[in-house]
Amino acid sequence: MTVYAAKPFAEWAEDFKARFINDFITDNRWKFLWNGLGVTLKITAGALVIGVILGFLVAAIRATHDKTGKLRFLNALAKLYLTVIRGTPVVVQLLITYFVILAPLGVNEVLVAICAFGINSGAYVAEIVRAGIMSIDNGQFEAGRSLGFNYPQTMWFIILPQAFKNILPALCNEFIVLLKETSVSGYVALQDLTKGGDIIRGRTFDAFLPLIAVALIYLVIVLILTKLVSILERRLRSSEH
Amino acid sequence: MSTKKQKPKSAPKAEKSEAVKPEQAEKKEIPEELLKPDAEVQPEGGVMTESLIMVRNLEKHYGELHALDGVSMNIEKGEVVVVIGPSGSGKSTFLRSLNLLEMPTSGELIFEGVNMLDKHVDINVHRQKMGMVFQHFNLFPHMTIMKNITIAPMKLLKKSRAEAEEKAHSLLKRVGLDDRAESYPSQLSGGQKQRIAIVRALCMEPDVMLFDEPTSALDPEMVGEVLDVMKSLAKEGMTMVVVTHEMGFAKEVADRVVFMADGKILETGSPEEMFSNPKTDKAKQFLASVLS
Repeated sequence: MTVYAAKPFAEWAEDFKARFINDFITDNRWKFLWNGLGVTLKITAGALVIGVILGFLVAAIRATHDKTGKLRFLNALAKLYLTVIRGTPVVVQLLITYFVILAPLGVNEVLVAICAFGINSGAYVAEIVRAGIMSIDNGQFEAGRSLGFNYPQTMWFIILPQAFKNILPALCNEFIVLLKETSVSGYVALQDLTKGGDIIRGRTFDAFLPLIAVALIYLVIVLILTKLVSILERRLRSSEH
Repeated sequence: MSTKKQKPKSAPKAEKSEAVKPEQAEKKEIPEELLKPDAEVQPEGGVMTESLIMVRNLEKHYGELHALDGVSMNIEKGEVVVVIGPSGSGKSTFLRSLNLLEMPTSGELIFEGVNMLDKHVDINVHRQKMGMVFQHFNLFPHMTIMKNITIAPMKLLKKSRAEAEEKAHSLLKRVGLDDRAESYPSQLSGGQKQRIAIVRALCMEPDVMLFDEPTSALDPEMVGEVLDVMKSLAKEGMTMVVVTHEMGFAKEVADRVVFMADGKILETGSPEEMFSNPKTDKAKQFLASVLS
């Protein structure tokens, strides 16, 4: 690999252009990144949905147990889930989901990754949401129950909306982590963004530009996400207090 | 009226009581099992249906702490009962166990003829008939005042939005806060919040209102506005159970004042009796300290 800075600028620029063309234009190699980005976003979005649903469900079970002592069995199950998921690497979970559980059934790889990352993310979302629920004053809960709302109604109408606002920054953080974690999807033969950059590296034997491009794309998405959440946060805050 | 079998009063779980079924034949044997020698309620009271709320030998333990120690009481329709007593006397616990925010360890609680401690009773339905006002208001901060008031009637009584809001407006007018319908709770003063909390409970058209130290968290100048609302409610014939330190309110409005200490009801009487001539030493002591 050449050291760019050691050359005169004109030569360097010429060299850079040649590499750029070779890395991204020739044979439409940019398509590896473009298609990879599509796969990455698909996995992230799918896993997000599963993670949030699973997370809220598990959190509701755990918080219900903490508050009322009911749901012993489900709570034990939820705890087991949290322990296993948080105690093992996501790559291992992905490999197991793919090779042990779903590949024999012939399930599509993207779906496998969505499941694996969704189940993984759910564990982290669950603890964030649980903390949010526990942070709401018990008086809110009692007020809801005293009006005649049952437990799930109180959760849904009164506790969760307030908890959600409190945990939004933590949830956003979890989504950013999730997006970046999907970069290991290449392990199960998925051509996501990272794998796309790596394929280009394999074709052109130039590591610098493809991988920097990949990093930049992740960075831009994360910045956009962060911006969106801060707008949402401001909106939620202005609606009261 | 529950047909209790031969179960000693110390039975660990309150859920043991069976479904409510009037059985005249067992009338006589109930009081003997249920009432301790020191219970001041007449045995016959326990099997008549007139009382809105009937409490028999309510017990509540928090581990070692004996928060309620055999509390028995009848609350009649339209009656205003004020519960007073030193802090830690169990008066709040008693009030909160009337709508089962605290689950009694044992005893009987009969509301409108229904045994509330029966496992098969849907407590949520009965709570709709018991409005509760808390010391710390507990308004929902993420909802406007209007939403705070109408959410329960709309979701639980299945009222239309128009119907619920009309009711809310008329109640808001009564407490002088109709112009704050679109505000959020954080924009209101403590006194205003508490009046809204009362309206929120009233909008469910309850048969009884429970007040848990409704003015204790208020600045002194705001106590009056809340008490005024409560007085007008009492005049209209609302059944009320009020835990409070406002002795003036008790004197003026209460039909009956109940003095609690150490988880027991030590004394019950009209406000005149209670304030001019308390019988027990503890009541004398307490009244001397709060009235001085």
